[in-house]
Amino acid sequence: MNWGSWHDFFAMGGYALYVWGSYVVTAGLIALEVILLMFRRRNALQGLRGPARGGRP
Amino acid sequence: MSQPTLVIGNINWFKYASPQTFYPLAGAMIPWFAWAAAILCAAGLYVSFLVAPTDHQQGEAYRIIFIHVPAAWMSMFIYVVMAFWAGVGLVFNTRLSHMMATALAPTGALFTFVALWTGSLWGKPTWGTWWVWDARLTSELILLFLYFGFMALQAAIDEPRRADRAGAVLALVGVVNVPIIYYSVKWWNTLHQGASVSLTGAPTMAATMLTGMLLMALAVWMYSIAAVLHRVRSIILEREHGADWLAGFREAKR
Repeated sequence: MNWGSWHDFFAMGGYALYVWGSYVVTAGLIALEVILLMFRRRNALQGLRGPARGGRP
Repeated sequence: MSQPTLVIGNINWFKYASPQTFYPLAGAMIPWFAWAAAILCAAGLYVSFLVAPTDHQQGEAYRIIFIHVPAAWMSMFIYVVMAFWAGVGLVFNTRLSHMMATALAPTGALFTFVALWTGSLWGKPTWGTWWVWDARLTSELILLFLYFGFMALQAAIDEPRRADRAGAVLALVGVVNVPIIYYSVKWWNTLHQGASVSLTGAPTMAATMLTGMLLMALAVWMYSIAAVLHRVRSIILEREHGADWLAGFREAKR
């Protein structure tokens, strides 16, 4: 175990900005991709009920 | 429509070259890869933060490695896979191959950006700068532009078959950049360190650090597969709009 307390853990030995800046942004971007994937699937399924071929509804 | 039966070890793989048969297969695989990604990520983060010791040179800043390296590996690997499917699509004129290439690009761009972002945040405390125009960093930035260029080119052409072919040519030309990224640290004098892990020779890092990195790399793999399969299913629905096999699908919606 590396950390004596939660405070130590979040402080990351003084590198909090760099370490958490990396992890939080990565997690956020992956969450964003998952949301966009879900929207795309929903739109694609709705598009199936629209007119066949050509023009978007 | 009937579900395809998966006979392990005796599969007629050609059958899955059609969007119609690939669609349900991909759907069945997504939960497995997604769960594998979640479990591997939890295990990887546990090892990365609670088991792997503090680095004696870099302190805690080195913990960025656990996303930086897996993301950088994935950014290059996805590009190679994308170029492979683009090439298959050009040669055999198979719709699904082009759809795979299209589905891979956004996830590849995501990991390229993550590799650059985390690299920048790691460079500041260790090198004293957010960015340098050296071979490794510049070639990785070019990789990001190649992904963006591929997506923009496909989006700019209305006719899907032409968009596929134009994108495929770009993807294939750009693939020369991948070995340049990989070997840049050997070919040029660069601030970026050489590879810590190679197929030949022992890794130059502590065993627990390596374990954490490999677990995270596997998690990123599983996530990418799940995300790309999910996206390719949407692309199939968008492109095959009006196809006969989707007619019964409108009501069933599964």
